[in-house]
Amino acid sequence: MEELQNILDHALQRFAAIGDEAELEQVKAKYLGKEGSLTALLKGLGKLSAEERPAAGARINQVKQSIEAALQQRREVLQQNKLAQKLAAEALDVTLPGRGLGTGGLHPVTRTLERIEQLFHSLGFATASGPEIESDFYNFTALNIPENHPARAMHDTFYIDPQHVLRTHTSPVQIRYMEAHQPPLKIISPGRVYRFDSDATHSPMFHQVEGLWVDEEISFANLKGVVQDFLQHFFERGDLRVRFRPSFFPFTEPSAEMDMSWNGGWLEIGGCGMVHPNVLKHVNIDSEKYLGFAFGLGVERLAMLRYGVNDLRLFYESDLRFLKQFN
Amino acid sequence: MKFSENWLRTWVNPNLSSDELAHTLTMAGLEVEALDAVAPAFNNVVVAEVLEVVKHPNADRLNVCQVNVGEAQPLTIVCGAANVAVGAKVPCARIGAVLPGDFAIKQAKVRNVESSGMLCSAKELGLAEESQGLWLLPTDAPVGRTLREYLELDDKIFTLKLTPNRSDCSGMVGIAREIAALTGSALKPLDIQVQPVILSEQLPVNVIDAQACPLYCGRLVRGVNASAPTPAWMLRRLERSGLRGISAAVDVTNYVMLEMGQPLHAFDLAQLSGGITVRRARNDEAMTLLNGQEVKLDDEMLVIADGARTLALAGIMGGQGSGVETTTRDVFLESAFFHPDAIVGKARRFGLATDSSFRFERGVDFAATRQALERATQLLLEICGGKAGAISEARGQMPERKAITLRRSRVARVLCIELDNTLIATLLQRLQFDYTTEAVLDFTTEDNYYRVIPPSFRFDLSIEADLIEELARLHGYDNIPAQAPQAALTMLPYSELQRPLSRIQQMLVSRDYREIVSYAFVDEQAERELCGNVNPVALQNPIASNLAVMRSSLIGGLVGALRFNLNRNQARVRLFEVGACFAKVGDKYVQNQRLSGIACGAALPEQWGTAANPVDFYDMKADVESLFAPQTLRFVAAAHPALHPGRSAQIDCGGQAIGWIGELHPRWQQQYDMAQATIWFEVELDALIRAVVPRMSEITKFLPVQRDLAVLVDDVVAVQTLLDVMRQATVPYVQEIALFDVYRGKGVEQGKKSLAFRVLLQDTEKMLMDSEIETSVALLINVMQQQGAQLRT
Repeated sequence: MEELQNILDHALQRFAAIGDEAELEQVKAKYLGKEGSLTALLKGLGKLSAEERPAAGARINQVKQSIEAALQQRREVLQQNKLAQKLAAEALDVTLPGRGLGTGGLHPVTRTLERIEQLFHSLGFATASGPEIESDFYNFTALNIPENHPARAMHDTFYIDPQHVLRTHTSPVQIRYMEAHQPPLKIISPGRVYRFDSDATHSPMFHQVEGLWVDEEISFANLKGVVQDFLQHFFERGDLRVRFRPSFFPFTEPSAEMDMSWNGGWLEIGGCGMVHPNVLKHVNIDSEKYLGFAFGLGVERLAMLRYGVNDLRLFYESDLRFLKQFN
Repeated sequence: MKFSENWLRTWVNPNLSSDELAHTLTMAGLEVEALDAVAPAFNNVVVAEVLEVVKHPNADRLNVCQVNVGEAQPLTIVCGAANVAVGAKVPCARIGAVLPGDFAIKQAKVRNVESSGMLCSAKELGLAEESQGLWLLPTDAPVGRTLREYLELDDKIFTLKLTPNRSDCSGMVGIAREIAALTGSALKPLDIQVQPVILSEQLPVNVIDAQACPLYCGRLVRGVNASAPTPAWMLRRLERSGLRGISAAVDVTNYVMLEMGQPLHAFDLAQLSGGITVRRARNDEAMTLLNGQEVKLDDEMLVIADGARTLALAGIMGGQGSGVETTTRDVFLESAFFHPDAIVGKARRFGLATDSSFRFERGVDFAATRQALERATQLLLEICGGKAGAISEARGQMPERKAITLRRSRVARVLCIELDNTLIATLLQRLQFDYTTEAVLDFTTEDNYYRVIPPSFRFDLSIEADLIEELARLHGYDNIPAQAPQAALTMLPYSELQRPLSRIQQMLVSRDYREIVSYAFVDEQAERELCGNVNPVALQNPIASNLAVMRSSLIGGLVGALRFNLNRNQARVRLFEVGACFAKVGDKYVQNQRLSGIACGAALPEQWGTAANPVDFYDMKADVESLFAPQTLRFVAAAHPALHPGRSAQIDCGGQAIGWIGELHPRWQQQYDMAQATIWFEVELDALIRAVVPRMSEITKFLPVQRDLAVLVDDVVAVQTLLDVMRQATVPYVQEIALFDVYRGKGVEQGKKSLAFRVLLQDTEKMLMDSEIETSVALLINVMQQQGAQLRT
């Protein structure tokens, strides 16, 4: 009896001291193996009397089970330790930078144009486009600017040949669209335009968005409403005010210059008006039945105000130090 | 148009401050671009006369002056100016004065001599940038008067940005009329007296082209003193309108032009021979203008001529040798109405833009032609003396002002506000428009029609919309509400056969490219060198010689942007642009949108644990292929002027050449000082955004079988050749063939390469048997062998 208790105590002690799985299995044999001490005791059972045997056998088995349980427990501990060591060894410095490609970015003008298009699309405006080398007819004549009209001098035009110019505005798209579509129609036409002018506030190439809405009941009040709605949403400022001033464009009547409240003053942001009956006549739209409004916005102007850009020329210099700020 | 506020207020004087007046004009469509004070703020500066000048006892350069400022006792003032002299009239800042720059004048001792003020230069008063000594005032300047009063310095200059339709406001009378209409203030008309006719003489006037010149008035004024000084008040008004004084007679004509908007011309009678003829120029005619410019004329130009020669370009500029000089004794004054159609665009032909052409081409009040001549005569006689003759007048068909119908209902429809009859009538009257009105019953709605006759001074009113603008303008655009439109809701088409450009741009952004926007006009040399374009679309009037032609490719802008950034120590640059490219084909301009990208430097951003490989052809090829997926591209070796001949390809998509890719030619790389290889691509946007609507096909449950085939081929054999023959062989069960390895070196003889293809075979109906697989593979091997490939084992 005492011997059994000794074997158990001894085994538990040894197991606890072992730190290696293989060694544990070797030590296991000392107790449970063929030559093991417990095995020897089991073999010795035969020497006992039939009355003694069951009780002794049960005791030995109990000890054997205890040893096996201790063994299993120790195995698990050792495996967990081993896993823990492995995991610890595999640990990363998660603060090292990630690898692979970086990310580029859109030009601030594109970013602005996308925003403008999204906002107008939400009102059901379609996007239309037209050529940049434009015929004199579409750029001027069809827009009620006859040859030699003083209004042509407002345009500082680049000429390709006597009949072709670099479009000075995206308004010709109005004409092309109205020629091809029947009212009601509602479009914006974003794109590059060209003027013979270059300094800190003028670029020989810049972007414009033209808007046009022709329907049976479209009024000047609607023009004000749409432009104000757009500007308030574009700048995400509900308190932004828009001011309309009488002006002159040959293709609109009445015409207006649009100003926007900004830093306590007013900033000019584009021209607009009700489509001139002569323009509608050119495209065979009955100006008695239909009314329309049109407006033109300077995209760079909007981008400059939105993103705090202070020099127009930065948009075309392609300086990465500038472009990277618009990711 | 610039003018003095004080002058304007002699015509109409509303109870508005300068700023309020400016705001009123701006909000009525006459934009006030600038409002500048004539003089900066200063006070207590008076006209003084120097009575005595004595050397300062303690300073060589100073004088002690006795100065009369209009009081009983003269003031003692120490002055350091070299031009101080007894009898001079100069501005004197008295004790208590504050000059520009907050410079306060105090009683002071200057080297032990009391000084009770300061004699001033124009610069010290903020009226000149630079001054040489004291400002010497005219000898008749009234002593003791404040300088501000004497020179009318409490005045402001308005600068108007006139739109082309408002020529009526290119004279004070028009601006005043406008302000009277806007504010309801009374308009004081100009007191024009018909001048007594003393001379019986008249110069005959013959208008041949009466359509171009419906009214010509002229008169002789004999015995003028053309060297008489122009009165100060007139000079001041001219100067504040931006005109210089020239001589009394010329100043008078300019003054009346500013006053009434009517350009006039004064001829020296001694230089004329015979009467005046207004006619078209002959095609061989030439003349020298007042500014010395020689011009060749043709029959589209209207001229003023006498019996001997051409005197002036009608409505634009006088000729040399016939205008008044200070020696002129007898003057022929001209006031005419030239039709805008006859003048428009003519001055620009000669690069001219004169005060006269500006007004005539936009329209001058033809009811005031004769009045302007009377006014000019009156002023000329007052200033230069002389005797006036009767007015010769040639009158043809004057422009007709047709009645325009204005409907109250239309006003309401266009503006979305109801203006009642009373208001419309008031507004029309304030605008000085003649009209009649009638009530009209249109079906069940009552309407009012106004038949409006535009006044002779307005050339911009011909249709109803013009009148609606006038009403809206006067009523105030601010009084029209901002209103969201109401319309039927319809959706916009959204085709899946095209990918939105924004998505493609976003793909490039994800692949680490940054977008640029560059000018569409480029350097002709770059266009020739990089694009081989010897016949570019050229601008007739480029803004700079290096921006003279339209780009036929986006490469120029990208290379320029790349160099700009490399020069600023950016080692890795990846850019793209979307834009139109231009060419002339026949007599048509082709302008296709393209997308183009460029990359230079490491393929990946500098980072740990990754080898720093420079970006190469294949990196960019992958970018291009990913942009087009699921469309497949073919790359065909081809030469391009910008590219390395062995490293460039034309890109084909759906059997069409749609772009280029390659490494920049070492020649350009060297010329542009690029240390590393630069890769560029460009594709047609149309091909890129093309898309198909996907159709699902059944997914088979049978797994594909994979076989790898390695072959040896000559180095010159393109991979595409083998892929093509294998694919064209339409071998059963073959689903995909892809190259996965290229090897040269040990085990492969010189001049050869080993290519490894992975083939996926699959049947949708059944598991493949080994024999079927082997048959298919054998077929693939066979077609490659026909191309000279040897199977590696």
